[in-house]
Amino acid sequence: MDWSILQQYGPGLLSGFGTTILCWLLGTVFGMALGLVLALAQRYGARWLNRVIQVYVEIIRGTPFLVQLFVLYYGGPLVGLRLDALPAGLLGLTVYGSPYFAEIFRSGFRAVPHGQIEAARAIGMTEASIVRRILLPLGLVSSLPALVNFSIILTKETVILSIITVPELMYQVQRMSTETFRYLEANLVLALFFWALVEAISNAGRWLEARITKHLVERT
Amino acid sequence: MFSISVFLESFGPLFWAARYTLLISVLGIGLGLVIGTLICAARLSPYVWLRRFAMLWVSFLRGVPLLVQLLVFYYTLPVIGLDVPAMVAAVVTVGICASAYISEIWRGAIAALPKGQAEAAIAIGMTPQDVWIRVILPQAFNLSLPALINELILLVKASSLVSVVGILEITRASQAQAATTFRPLEVYIAAACIYLLINLCLAVLGRYLEHRTAI
Repeated sequence: MDWSILQQYGPGLLSGFGTTILCWLLGTVFGMALGLVLALAQRYGARWLNRVIQVYVEIIRGTPFLVQLFVLYYGGPLVGLRLDALPAGLLGLTVYGSPYFAEIFRSGFRAVPHGQIEAARAIGMTEASIVRRILLPLGLVSSLPALVNFSIILTKETVILSIITVPELMYQVQRMSTETFRYLEANLVLALFFWALVEAISNAGRWLEARITKHLVERT
Repeated sequence: MFSISVFLESFGPLFWAARYTLLISVLGIGLGLVIGTLICAARLSPYVWLRRFAMLWVSFLRGVPLLVQLLVFYYTLPVIGLDVPAMVAAVVTVGICASAYISEIWRGAIAALPKGQAEAAIAIGMTPQDVWIRVILPQAFNLSLPALINELILLVKASSLVSVVGILEITRASQAQAATTFRPLEVYIAAACIYLLINLCLAVLGRYLEHRTAI
C-alpha cells in the first residue's frame, strides 16, 4: 500500500466527501420541502391542480434519475436554463426526491385520525391552524420511518451526480483512479465507505424515530 | 426551441436500444430471484453462520450505490481472470443487487402468511419439505407479486446506469443520438418517454396481478 497516494489525493477526496454530504443534505431538505408543498396542494388544492401533480409524480417516478439529470443539464441550455453542474445536480435531486416525499407525506396525512380534525373544526380552529397544529405534527410523526428510509436512498443516488461532473466523492475517486490506474481498490474503498455511511445514517434514523415517538409508547 | 421532428426521429434508435434495457432488467430480476431465494433461505436457516452471511449480503448490497457496485464488479472480473462481455457483467451485477431486495421481499411475504397455515400443514402430517413447497412458497409468491413487479420497475430505471460501462441500452443510445444531432433536450425527453411507457405498462401489470391475487 502506497500511502503517498493519500497525501496527494487526500484534499480532493475530502472535498468530494463534503460535496456528497452537501448534496445529500440540501437535496433531502429541498426535496422534502417541495414534497410537503405538493402533498398539501394535493390535499387542499383544486381538482385540476391535483391532476397536474399526479402527472408530475408519475413522470418523475417513472423515469431514471440519470435521464432526468441529462434532460436538465444537457437539455436545459436549449430552453435557456444554463446551470453549473452542482446547482443542476441539486435541482435534479430536489425534483427527483419531491414526488417520493410527497407520497410519503400524503400517506402520513391519511394516517391522521379523522376525528382529530373534526374535533379541531368543532372547537372552531381555522383550516390553517388545523394544518399547523394537528395535521403536520401528527402526520410527520407517522411518516418519519418512510422519510428516513427515502433519505437513505437519496444518499446512494448522489453518486449518479458524478456522471454530470458534479465534483462529489465518486467523481473524485474516479479521477484519482484514472490517474493512478487503481480502479479496483479505489472503487472497493468507495463501496465500503458508502456501506458505512448508509449504516450510520440508518442507525441515526432509528435513534431519531425512537426519540420522536417516545411519547406515543409511554402513554399507551 | 423544441423541435418536434428531432423528438420523433429519436424514437427509432431508442426503441431499438430499449430491447437491451428490457433484456438486462428481465434477466437481472430472473437472476435476482434465484440468488434472492437462496439468500432468503439462508436468512431463515437454523445455522447462525448462514444467517450472518445473508444479513451481511443484504446489508452490503443495499448500502452501496448500484453505480459503485457496477464499477467494483466490472474491475474485479479481469483481476480474477474472467473475461466476460460487458453485457454479462451488467446482468450479473444488476441481478446480485436485486437479490438483496428480493430476499427481503420474500422474507416479508413469508412472515405475512398466517402461522396457522404451516401449523395446519404439519398437523395433517406433511413433511417440512412439503410444507415449504406446497403451502408456504406458493402463497408467499402470490403475496409478493406486486412487490416483485415494483422491483422490476426499479430495475428498468436502474439499468440506465449500465450505460456507464458502455452497453448500448436506452440511456447510452440517447447519449450517442444527442451527440450526433446536437439536440440533447429532445433526445433525452424521448428517452424519458420510453422509460415512462415501459414503467407504466409494468405498473398496469402490477395492479392487475394485485387485483387478481387478492382473495
